[in-house]
Amino acid sequence: MTRRPGAWPFLAPALLVLGAVQLYPTLAVVWLSLERRIPVFGVAEFVGLANYRFLLQDPRFWQALVTTAYFTLVSVGLELLWGGGIALLLHRRRRLRGLLLAGFLLPWALPGVVSAKMFEWLLYPDGGLVNSLLGAAGGPAGINWLGDPAWAIHAVILADAWRTTPFVLLLVLAGLELIPPEVHEAAAVDGAGRWRSFVHVTLPLLAPVLVVTLLIRTIDALRVFDVIYVLTGGGPAGTTETLTVYAYRIFFGTLQFGYGATLAVATLLAALLLAGGYLWLVAPATRPAAEGA
Amino acid sequence: MGRRRSRLFADLTLALLLAATALPFLWQLLTSFKPEADLLRLPPFLPERWSIENYATVLVHPGLSLALLNSTGICLIATLLALGVGALAAYPLARLPLRGRGLWLAGILGASLLPVIALVSPLYLGIRLLGLRDTWLALIVPYLALSLPLTVWLLTAFLREVPREVEEAARLDGCSRFGILWRILLPLAAPGLFSTGVIVFVFNWNEFLLALTFTATDASRTVPVALALFPGIHEIPWGDLAAASIVVSLPPLALILGFHRWVIRGLTLGVLGRR
Repeated sequence: MTRRPGAWPFLAPALLVLGAVQLYPTLAVVWLSLERRIPVFGVAEFVGLANYRFLLQDPRFWQALVTTAYFTLVSVGLELLWGGGIALLLHRRRRLRGLLLAGFLLPWALPGVVSAKMFEWLLYPDGGLVNSLLGAAGGPAGINWLGDPAWAIHAVILADAWRTTPFVLLLVLAGLELIPPEVHEAAAVDGAGRWRSFVHVTLPLLAPVLVVTLLIRTIDALRVFDVIYVLTGGGPAGTTETLTVYAYRIFFGTLQFGYGATLAVATLLAALLLAGGYLWLVAPATRPAAEGA
Repeated sequence: MGRRRSRLFADLTLALLLAATALPFLWQLLTSFKPEADLLRLPPFLPERWSIENYATVLVHPGLSLALLNSTGICLIATLLALGVGALAAYPLARLPLRGRGLWLAGILGASLLPVIALVSPLYLGIRLLGLRDTWLALIVPYLALSLPLTVWLLTAFLREVPREVEEAARLDGCSRFGILWRILLPLAAPGLFSTGVIVFVFNWNEFLLALTFTATDASRTVPVALALFPGIHEIPWGDLAAASIVVSLPPLALILGFHRWVIRGLTLGVLGRR
């Protein structure tokens, strides 16, 4: 019986590629973070934890961490409300369903860079659509959306949430369709109104899908790069600089690969911690769904 | 009465939400057809004179047309490779007796949680060492790797849906394992293979961080980078940028909207494990 070794030739190419391009770099970046490394000048010396000591006292790192957390929280929250709301409206609707879904899906197909360029033009201070409409309505004139620290972070959040909401919408809608209609009929028979039925029946049954959706979107928002790099470049005054944007600037702006790697490891740890937290949540949450399937 | 009114309310809300969703894109579309001189004069919001001069400008601009060629080539090759390597890996995960199957799947999927910024510097050093910077290969291999977790996951789910009896019959006829995968399972799972390919191609088409880092010239620059670096000589050329945005968005838009039923099915089956 030579059944077991039979699987390896099939798995080998994938494992080789994942090992070379995902596993090896992940280990190498940890090693790099223990070095002072400036490739163009041939500098490479082991410095132990010096980069990490610097990291803990680096105000720019802490600000990037706070910015990343704020970006992630608000962006994912918006997507959940906006995408979830649309999903509830589309649920059990048959008329024009395909057309509506395709329309709502549109932003998700676009490159992040395109989304950034669109919002840059919409928000352009002199002659952009938003300020022109505000002016016509007698609102405040000439707001510099991307140049004003209070507005800029929200502008990049909007540009990102606009593009990623369809993903949330799709998954929540699929989750809603998995709930058998009889459950709601039973709740109605028991005298539950629509709101109570939503809170006590729909939400708990939707919970596993929501957790998976939130996990994917949170990790994605945490490592955001394109929208911010193109829209604000991290400015004004560093107020939209997230961990990935900061690390990128240290890598390829100042060529300090050692400290850049330290920032990258910090981002990696944040992602792993969050994923771990979600999985811990998911463990009890998926059980009823697995039984129901 | 209450029922009809609430349905009308839902329809109206949906129409408003759809308009809000489409607005940034529609505005870019309108802008792309306005002559440069009319751009900053609002109202009128609709073009008074429709013009295709912006499209003419960006399409003769070598940076963009070469970038379209690079993106098409790189993403097509990476997607086909991912489907091939992914299908090979998905077969044992879906069908063969394999110890620790769940752990393998979790490990492969877990790779997709790694932030790209953590991979970029060692990959950059490796690419420099091999002299591959600014070549197609410098993006094809990373794109293949970044696509694999989702590809393997989706194809495993699709292969599981093929009834086992088909396979048994082929085995009795003396078909090898590879033969079973190639001649029996993959043709039956072709719609799944196709929707996976569409999703992966679009993700690769839109990728920015690695493309920005590993390319340097028109020899390998992909469309998101070309668009981000689109030259403005005096002022920002909004009309040209709008036309360029529309042009580079057309391939992913056509794929996602054209095949949205398949994409949705693939995504919900892959992520939620059910359809």
